[in-house]
Amino acid sequence: MLMAVCLLGLGAVIGMAIRGPDGLMLGLMIATGIWVVLTLISFSSGDQILLAASNATAVTHDVHPQLFNVVEEMAIASGQPMPKVYIINDPAPNAFATGRNPKTASVAVTAGLLGRLNRDELQGVVAHEMSHILHRDILFVTLAGIMLGSVALLSQVFLRGMMYGGGSRRRFSSGGSKGGGGAAILLIIAIVVAILAPIMTQLLYFALSRRREYLADAGAVRLTRYPEGLASALEKIANDRAPQLASANKVTAPMFIVNPFKKAGQWNLSDLTSTHPPISERIRILRSMSQGASLKDYSDAFVNVTKSRTVMPASALTKEDIALRQASAEAKKEQREKQLHHVGDIMRKVNGFVFLACACGVTLKIPPNYSAATVECPRCHTEHNVKKT
Amino acid sequence: MGIGMIALIVLLVIAAGLLLVILYVIGTYNVFVGLRNQVDNAWSQIDVQLKRRHDLIPNLVETCKGYMKHERGTFEAITNARAQAMGAKTVAEAGKAEGALGDALNKFMLVVENYPDLKANQNFLAVQEELSSTENKIAFSRQAYNDQTMFFNNRIQMFPSNIVAGIFSFTKRDFFEVSAAAEREVPKVSF
Repeated sequence: MLMAVCLLGLGAVIGMAIRGPDGLMLGLMIATGIWVVLTLISFSSGDQILLAASNATAVTHDVHPQLFNVVEEMAIASGQPMPKVYIINDPAPNAFATGRNPKTASVAVTAGLLGRLNRDELQGVVAHEMSHILHRDILFVTLAGIMLGSVALLSQVFLRGMMYGGGSRRRFSSGGSKGGGGAAILLIIAIVVAILAPIMTQLLYFALSRRREYLADAGAVRLTRYPEGLASALEKIANDRAPQLASANKVTAPMFIVNPFKKAGQWNLSDLTSTHPPISERIRILRSMSQGASLKDYSDAFVNVTKSRTVMPASALTKEDIALRQASAEAKKEQREKQLHHVGDIMRKVNGFVFLACACGVTLKIPPNYSAATVECPRCHTEHNVKKT
Repeated sequence: MGIGMIALIVLLVIAAGLLLVILYVIGTYNVFVGLRNQVDNAWSQIDVQLKRRHDLIPNLVETCKGYMKHERGTFEAITNARAQAMGAKTVAEAGKAEGALGDALNKFMLVVENYPDLKANQNFLAVQEELSSTENKIAFSRQAYNDQTMFFNNRIQMFPSNIVAGIFSFTKRDFFEVSAAAEREVPKVSF
């Protein structure tokens, strides 16, 4: 709503600067007119353009049963009709959802994501995307985007008009009762507002977008009852070294689960101009949820981790008794294997094994009765000297 | 300003108040009806998923028969459990029978662990994915039903809508409790 104020305010000021006080209504009407036209264009072109631009193929149950089942499970859990499912042909791991309401919704997942995540993690990501749909975030982001576009358009038109029209504008202030001085001041105000308004609305847009991401994380936990799934999925995505998602652009960026423009290793920056909150913070909030899976529990975890006011609307903060659940069988097996690996390493250290790190990433674990002076890495075949303690 | 005017104004105010109350009652009643229908819908979803599980089990048995030649007892156990679940008449019976079927399936999967050839079979993997997905869907539809019920119960029990609920006798619904003990565990995190 703040953005609407910006838009109308900009329109009003410009109108008044051009035509004097009479111009107020005209300015407002022009601003509203631009907004209406952009809205009609956005809403009618729909999701098809977005999906076509992202190189997506439709998924039915036969194409990829696991993904389809995961989405179906989340549809049941949220009480929504089943959205259309797509796979994007790209190695970078990411996911997004589009659709103004649950009936016209689609969820898309990259091939890179499917290959890296286990079932629980995939479900966490899908739940996050479907929460976006459930909260009408797509509608919200579209409207906000239109608002932003209108403000930008209006201010651009006005400023360029200023540059080319120059001093001739002064002749238009004949309608007002004020003399030339008042018109000049209004003009200056209009120019300043025209420059500032797009910047301010941009910042508002990003702040709103970030807030919506937190709400979607909370919604995802409420659906899956398993915050660790989404947390470890985000971790895997953040540590990924694949090249940037080829088909993302500034327009579609807010709808992805992770900011597609963030380079790996930079995910600690919290940027005012970022559409997504920093991943490390999202992971920490999710992992500190130990009391339950309701929205209020997420809000409490959020306040604990970020030490700032909650981003949840008050209506969402009713106390619900929602218990967390355990990992699925597949994830449990993975956890057990990791634990055993860790236990094995501890045993080796205790028993006098020497650990050598090779530059190619392999850790060589050399038993105490190894007699030779050097050891060869099995992957890259470089020789290492064996240090004896 | 005569007495007549004052009386008229008072009457108008009362009439406006009554109108607001009537509108509120209508609105709340409609909300209740909508919520109740959602609860019923969620309940029927559970049914759909349970039936799906019934239909998948013969498929599972067929896929595994070739590999698990000497496990007759296991096959019998699961077929019996399925028959029990399909024959249950009341809701309470169904709850118990479905829980028993879930346990039988878990035991069946434990036996499957001993047959690595079977575990690598493509058909078996497909059926296993379907089964575990159906188990999840049963859990999620139960979860959705409980969520809807909680929502509904909250609305009809909170003031002042509980008055409207009382007039039109909307009663609170029961939660669908879990019968299998294993699913009740909640991870305890302590620092």
